[in-house]
Amino acid sequence: MTEVLDTSTPMGRPLKRKEDARLLHGQTNWTDNIQLPGTVHMAILRSPMAHAKITKLDVSGALDQPHVVAAYGAAELGDLNGAIPCVWPVTDDIQMPPFPALAVDKVRHVGDAVAVVLATDKTAAYDALEAIDVDYEPLPAVVDMEAALQPGAPLVHDGEGAPMSNECYTFPLPGTGIPYDEAKAKADVVVKRRFVNQRIIAGYMEPRAVVASPMGMSNEMTVWSATQIPHILRVLLSLVTGLPENALRVVAPDVGGGFGGKLQLYREEILAVQLARHLGRPVKWTETRSEDMVASHHGRDQIQDIEICATKDGKLLGLKVDLLADMGAYLQIITPGIPLLGMFMFPAIYKMESYDFNCVGVFTNKTPTDAIRGAGRPEATFAIERIMDELAAELNMDPMKLREMNWIQHEEFPYATIAGLTYDTGNYEAATAKAMDLFGYDELRAEQEARRASGDPVQLGLGISTFTEMCGLAPSRTLGALKYVAGGWEHCTIRALPTGKIELITGTSPHGQGHETAWSQIAASILGVEVEDIEVVHGDTGRAPYGMDTYGSRSLAVGGQAIKKAAERLVEKAKVIAAHQLECSVDDLEFVDGAFRVKGDPEKAQPLAAVAFEAFSAHNLPDGVEPTLQAEATVDPDDFSYPHGTHLCAIEVDTETGKSTIRKYVCVDDVGVQVNPLIVEGQVHGGLAQGIAQALYEGVEYDEDGNLLTASFADYLIPSAADLPSFVTGTTVTPSTTNPLGTKGVGEAGAIASTPAVINAIVDALRPMGVTDVLMPASPQNVWRAIEDAKGGAA
Amino acid sequence: MIPVAFDYTKVNTVDEAVAALVSGGEDAKIIAGGQSLMPVLRLRMAAPEVVIDISDVAEMQGVSDAGDAIVIGAGTTHHAVMNDPLVKTHAPLIAMTTETVADPQIRHRGTFGGALAHADPAGDLPAAAVALDAVMTVAGPDGRRDIPAKDFFVDYFTTSLEPEDILVSIRIPKLGEGWAYHYEKFNRTAQGWAIVGVAAAVKRQNGSIEAARIGLTNMGPGPVRATSVEAALAGAAASDDAIAAAAENATDGTRATSDLHAKADYREHLAKVLTKRAVAKAAGV
Amino acid sequence: MTHVPISVTVDGTVYDGEVEPRTLLVHWLRDSLGRVGTVVGCDTSSCGACTVLLDGRSVKSCSVLAVQADGHSITTIQGLAEGEDNWHPVQTALKECHGLQCGYCTPGMVMSTVDLLSENPNPTEEEIREGLHGNLCRCTGYHNIVKSVQHAAEAMGGAK
Ligand SMILES: Cc1cc2nc3c(=O)[nH]c(=O)nc-3n(C[C@H](O)[C@H](O)[C@H](O)COP(=O)(O)OP(=O)(O)OC[C@H]3O[C@@H](n4cnc5c(N)ncnc54)[C@H](O)[C@@H]3O)c2cc1C
Ligand code: FES
Ligand code: FES
Repeated sequence: MTEVLDTSTPMGRPLKRKEDARLLHGQTNWTDNIQLPGTVHMAILRSPMAHAKITKLDVSGALDQPHVVAAYGAAELGDLNGAIPCVWPVTDDIQMPPFPALAVDKVRHVGDAVAVVLATDKTAAYDALEAIDVDYEPLPAVVDMEAALQPGAPLVHDGEGAPMSNECYTFPLPGTGIPYDEAKAKADVVVKRRFVNQRIIAGYMEPRAVVASPMGMSNEMTVWSATQIPHILRVLLSLVTGLPENALRVVAPDVGGGFGGKLQLYREEILAVQLARHLGRPVKWTETRSEDMVASHHGRDQIQDIEICATKDGKLLGLKVDLLADMGAYLQIITPGIPLLGMFMFPAIYKMESYDFNCVGVFTNKTPTDAIRGAGRPEATFAIERIMDELAAELNMDPMKLREMNWIQHEEFPYATIAGLTYDTGNYEAATAKAMDLFGYDELRAEQEARRASGDPVQLGLGISTFTEMCGLAPSRTLGALKYVAGGWEHCTIRALPTGKIELITGTSPHGQGHETAWSQIAASILGVEVEDIEVVHGDTGRAPYGMDTYGSRSLAVGGQAIKKAAERLVEKAKVIAAHQLECSVDDLEFVDGAFRVKGDPEKAQPLAAVAFEAFSAHNLPDGVEPTLQAEATVDPDDFSYPHGTHLCAIEVDTETGKSTIRKYVCVDDVGVQVNPLIVEGQVHGGLAQGIAQALYEGVEYDEDGNLLTASFADYLIPSAADLPSFVTGTTVTPSTTNPLGTKGVGEAGAIASTPAVINAIVDALRPMGVTDVLMPASPQNVWRAIEDAKGGAA
Repeated sequence: MIPVAFDYTKVNTVDEAVAALVSGGEDAKIIAGGQSLMPVLRLRMAAPEVVIDISDVAEMQGVSDAGDAIVIGAGTTHHAVMNDPLVKTHAPLIAMTTETVADPQIRHRGTFGGALAHADPAGDLPAAAVALDAVMTVAGPDGRRDIPAKDFFVDYFTTSLEPEDILVSIRIPKLGEGWAYHYEKFNRTAQGWAIVGVAAAVKRQNGSIEAARIGLTNMGPGPVRATSVEAALAGAAASDDAIAAAAENATDGTRATSDLHAKADYREHLAKVLTKRAVAKAAGV
Repeated sequence: MTHVPISVTVDGTVYDGEVEPRTLLVHWLRDSLGRVGTVVGCDTSSCGACTVLLDGRSVKSCSVLAVQADGHSITTIQGLAEGEDNWHPVQTALKECHGLQCGYCTPGMVMSTVDLLSENPNPTEEEIREGLHGNLCRCTGYHNIVKSVQHAAEAMGGAK
């Protein structure tokens, strides 16, 4: 049940963030800031080739260089060469070829790690890489997914026991609803499209870094890493390196953004831990940005064949989705599962009778892919929202009207979708009405007409995206059913300290999301203390031992529940002590403004802080009550929650140059109950920028030999302030029913919704010229080419 | 990343710089603002043994009036150039173009001479320099000489500077009254380099264009002077149609290439569109 | 290669040191002086995370050699306003307007803003966006950064 929260508490208020003071004064604790005595710096020699045999590797030259302590290839590393495990084997017969930390005999993508040097000086470690003698025998590279699946294509993995094709897996969703062919037979209109969701990078501003520090002669090891997942990392590092988990402490200090890119066990983390243990001294590695471009996982990269069928009045009947998903050269921890997170979301907010889905994962000689903000869901949302516009065009119908006709009405929730999910709540009508109002849809349509009529070289297009996503990963049982190895619960411990301060220990691991502020707001509201009196402890398995970390918009939706429950348990325990102190029964007490008061006798009261001290001194506790005042909760959610929203984008397309300029961007998101609207808005802004960037600017490009062309920030174009507009954002609030705070997730909303809104707008602008699609990123050149191709087609 | 090790000397005069280049030989490299050199060094795409810092050479700083021309010291930063009153008065095209170069931080360090000497085909300033018939004053072991802009840019990242030469200053002839200017830069993001750029100077008389000078960025290994467009514009009406017709010649003499950011055919298309726009804006049409 | 002596004023304190000529200013600040408030985000002078003021003007400290700073004065995020309680109006504005999330771009963003406002105390939205285009932020979408700069301009007495 959802509670209406007391407006006198910090909950729901746009409080300024607690974490900002240190971030704004350069007092931040980034992993690369750590300088431990005796540290050796690690540098990695990487493959310049996409696919090659290593015919010679001699690291001895590096050992002769100044300051060098050790150098290894796979041969020298021997048993220390751990392998990255894939923890999401999506099918029983999935091919999971080995992914060694240092490549053995063969390199499979540009940037594959070949050798490692350790030196007492960072610069010397890099210099020594040049003294390593390595010869490659180039092999033909597979870059394109369809070519990779052709018989006779070069094999990315061809060792012993390796698959005889580049197919990693085929995942068919057993058809849901009526058979697709039946739906199609009933249809008046069938629209089929191929969309390409290009490869992108996460683009966090802080490069990855790791410091592994062994403790004396014991097995103990502390690892600092710029990671989103210290807890999962600890388990995985222990499994991979054989270090006992109880001797391993993983710390994610201040982390400068993640966006899924730091949801990973990376080979450099394994190497740092293994070599720190082996050498008995701290090992430190910080990547360069160019290294990040080849060595950190990429995301998206799907070819989507999608078919939708409907009646002539616009009633949807069925949807058929065939995906090719690029795995890259190896499987990172959840590479194969990403498209399956999207599998559930293709039907989106729409009602239909049939849904077919099939996905083929493909190996290529490129950097592995894995989660990037939205992970699977942006791909699905893009495809469905694009094809809804195409269907509307085919039906000669307003695209918003088509959506309205088919979406789930607010009174129909909870709603069991054709993909097998049950959407908790939503009100698409309300969000859309508000967005249309803020946007001025009718005026813009009128302007569009005028520009069309006058043949203006600058055309106006309107793009819609009415999206939903599943977030709050996730009920552990659901994850298990999908063959994901771990669970989806979250933990919180709250300690009322004898000095009156509160320590809130969370298993989430923020890297920009403002958990210190938001979590304090939730707990302060329940405990009746000041937000400033709460210290949020996170991202350190030594201080916050239990957790499942931060990704998939799960921290609030799942972690928030644990905070609420722990805080309520703490109050319960405190009440027993307070009743004892106040010599009354528990039932006579009420908890108001952080104090226990005897009902009807407000003079008789004891603040929580006093109870905490009593619990600490333990001089006078009721029988059977243990000293210390703390409570914990571990919560496994019952189900996902489903935020949604309506995004509207107006774009001016210069048809002479192909340049697209966003004129207006409006979105109204419904993320359920908001703990801190300021933070919600910030998350939406950042997501919009990332989704718009995918639509207009960003894309990882390889040449036909598998060389990375977008190998630095000079060539991979991350938009700056000058490339983006201000946004008009609004919200509606439809509380979730799957968690007691009524919250949904917000971290990925903007990134998921905005990409199709932008592309729909561009296509809308150009449709009279015969354009029905434009490749992403919709660079001026790609838009110009779409126009030229349409002209050619017409001629 | 970190550059390969090198020695460093700071010189105070042009003669010292030349002497340092002579003694350093092929492995010596000049650093001015360092804004192009530093990324190259960090990515280890170049590994000089000696880096000669010319940023303290007083003679190479600032802008002076030389009667029929202004003289810009090669070491003058972009920021100083675009804010300089002489540049704004007598060579506004240089100021306008410089404003589009890189970002504020880079403009605080990067120099006019460095940008020309670097000769990046996507660099903006070479096109303005050829459009205005700038003259490079160069010092070498045999003394000083002048090189007209059209002979200065030889190929991708290559100028007619000999390894022991240093670019000292750049003379920009004053065009006199009646000229108006525009630099039309087309890039994918504000940080992106020009896919194509057009530097235009136009002299109007009544309803027609008396003369025009057009320089193109990134339409070949070096800046291109669009002489066919200039010829077509001379005496043409200052109208959209006439300008558009003239701009159709913008690809004459160009050698556009294909790269990550644009294919040659798109560059050629852009050259025409942007030339039309640059001339129209300069001419106030 | 020989080390060279340098003397640089950093945040008001004179530091004398010996550096390899190839040492980047940002690495000297971080690794030798321990002034780790200034950070590195790229290797192509693109991101601006490393922005500091050199003699009062914004520069990317990854694109300046430490030797080139010899005899000059550097201001970093750590010297802009001394002590935790001492806030520069730009810092205050970023907090007020939620102009940061992970905070990695923030030191550079602050220093670029200080420079921008010193040259143009009353910038338009477009001038702000143009003026900060040498600084990349992945978290905020810039919307609130722009608002923060407007807020700071007002607080610092910009005319509008
Ligand atoms: C992120 C980024 C974006 C940029 N964007 C643009 C842009 O949009 N447009 C644009 O035009 N430029 C751009 N630039 C380049 C910028 O303009 C540089 O400042 C300029 O190209 C080089 O000037 P510099 O003084 O820094 O030269 P340096 O980097 O010091 O030197 C560059 C080269 O020229 C040589 N050199 C320098 N001065 C002399 C001299 N006086 N005599 C002989 N040789 C000399 C050096 O030896 C070196 O080979 C960009 C740079 C960066 C890093
Ligand atoms: S570190 Fe990116 S610009 Fe300096
Ligand atoms: S706040 Fe994270 S990069 Fe700007």
